[in-house]
Amino acid sequence: MRAYLLKRLFWFFPILLGITLLVFFFIHLIPGDPALLLLGESARPAQIEKLRENLHLNEPIYIQLGFFFSDLLSGKMSSIFYQKPVFSVIFPKLLNTFQLALFAMLIAIIIALPLGILSAIKKNSKLDFLARIFSLLGVSIPNFWLGPLLILFFSIWLGLLPVSGKDGLKHLILPALTLGMAMAGFLSRISRASMLEVLNSPYLKSARARGLSEHKVILKHALKNALIPILTVIGLQFGALLSGAVITETIFAWPGVGRLLINAIFTRDFPLVQACVLVIAVSYLTINLLVDIAYALIDARVRYWREK
Amino acid sequence: MNKRLTLIFPVLVITIFVFSALFAPSLAPYSPSEQSLCAGLSKPNLSHPLGQDKLGRDLLSMMLYGARVSLIVGLTVVLISAFIGFLLGAIAGTFGGIVDQIIMRLVDLLMAFPGILLAIALSAILGPGLGNVIFALSLLGWVGYARLVRAQVLVEREKAYFESAKALGARSSRIIFKHLSPNLIAPVLVQASFGIAGAILAEASLSFLGLGTQGTPSFGSLLSHGINFLRTAPHLTIFPGLAVFLLVISFNLLGDFLTDYLRVGEKNK
Repeated sequence: MRAYLLKRLFWFFPILLGITLLVFFFIHLIPGDPALLLLGESARPAQIEKLRENLHLNEPIYIQLGFFFSDLLSGKMSSIFYQKPVFSVIFPKLLNTFQLALFAMLIAIIIALPLGILSAIKKNSKLDFLARIFSLLGVSIPNFWLGPLLILFFSIWLGLLPVSGKDGLKHLILPALTLGMAMAGFLSRISRASMLEVLNSPYLKSARARGLSEHKVILKHALKNALIPILTVIGLQFGALLSGAVITETIFAWPGVGRLLINAIFTRDFPLVQACVLVIAVSYLTINLLVDIAYALIDARVRYWREK
Repeated sequence: MNKRLTLIFPVLVITIFVFSALFAPSLAPYSPSEQSLCAGLSKPNLSHPLGQDKLGRDLLSMMLYGARVSLIVGLTVVLISAFIGFLLGAIAGTFGGIVDQIIMRLVDLLMAFPGILLAIALSAILGPGLGNVIFALSLLGWVGYARLVRAQVLVEREKAYFESAKALGARSSRIIFKHLSPNLIAPVLVQASFGIAGAILAEASLSFLGLGTQGTPSFGSLLSHGINFLRTAPHLTIFPGLAVFLLVISFNLLGDFLTDYLRVGEKNK
């Protein structure tokens, strides 16, 4: 177990470094002078020179990289638009994104888990057919279409829920439903597959042979084992929800880090764009690491297989 | 689910979209840029079956041209990604060692990044445009194919024909293209079908955010424009979104069908 944990942690840091380097080199992909591009054609030469100095663009690339890391680690990296350190701009928004992603995940679990499990138990029934249709719709419906449709139905036609913004639970329902629907579709598919695999396993046949009731077989033996991969998928999907939130937050004007990123792109605030991308990617990576470790702690087979 | 339906429905939808995209100039009742300001935001009617946008442009005509963008991006991204991924995955699996390590660590790095986020960041930096969208999506798209192909090559490497080809002194390129390729087509084809759906969705997402194509209408940009008039002209949101949804669900269904038909996954067991 210790070897597995060390190995997993050992790979976490090079990948983290790789992501940071990738984010650093983004700005160098800009054809021409980044400072001129950021400020626009109408900028005065003095303004351009000042920005070049602020972004250390006059230095050789390895010095720029050094400045990037030192600014990043000391928290000095500043937003051009807000004129304050990027992390002080991002963190309050990140909490809002986490809140949205958590609620979306909760909705997805409430819908998908019972649906997937029942669909496996009642395989080839009408319920199974409907559950599979739901799962297909969930993974195929674009959230930039589902969001406006939900607004149209629940906010404009029925007047039940607010269109956008953040002010209490009512404002959270539609964005969370929009964000959670794809995960619900995927989760219902995974739950069904996982439950089917367990239901066909020899130890369940032996439990039935010992005379245990079907009810007890499912609740006591099947569900417990089927839940392990499902919980892993839930954890991994949470990371994906953070990046998926970019579009949902834009539709519902939800003040999260995704919307901040899009605004930063349009105000050409590249240090803020870099920081937003980095924060989302690092959150995603960290969540995946924690899920992987938790999975290994729960399931001994994973440790054995991965240590090999 | 009815197997015949899971094939007929997607094939029908994809054929209609491909036909519309190919013959958009002949099929479109109006030019996609033709404006009629006094008829702005008109609801669907006989002369404009899907209605008109704020500038009075015909939504159906714009969507016919929009199908071109979606399909061009979907197919090009998948062709480029599958080619690069196939090549790198086959090289990693065939040669192993340090080459394998370098390629797979690069794959790990790109997979550790949430896909759409990197595409957004790249498109933001490169600027909007069809070429840039294809570049951004292809730069990320190949990793899935590389991992899949490498895994398949590791399985195929253990088989007798691979050993025989090696023993007879066949060059690595010959082994990859002549002997390995036919055995890797099925899983790559399945992945490509899901990949087209993913690329269409990603392009529409980027266009929705204002980071996709410019000049030519695309489903994402039409939807992004339509959402501003959700209360007064919901058709501007409903129809372009429905088009993306139909395309994505069709390629997903086709992928499901191919998985069953080609029995991908079972062959390796």
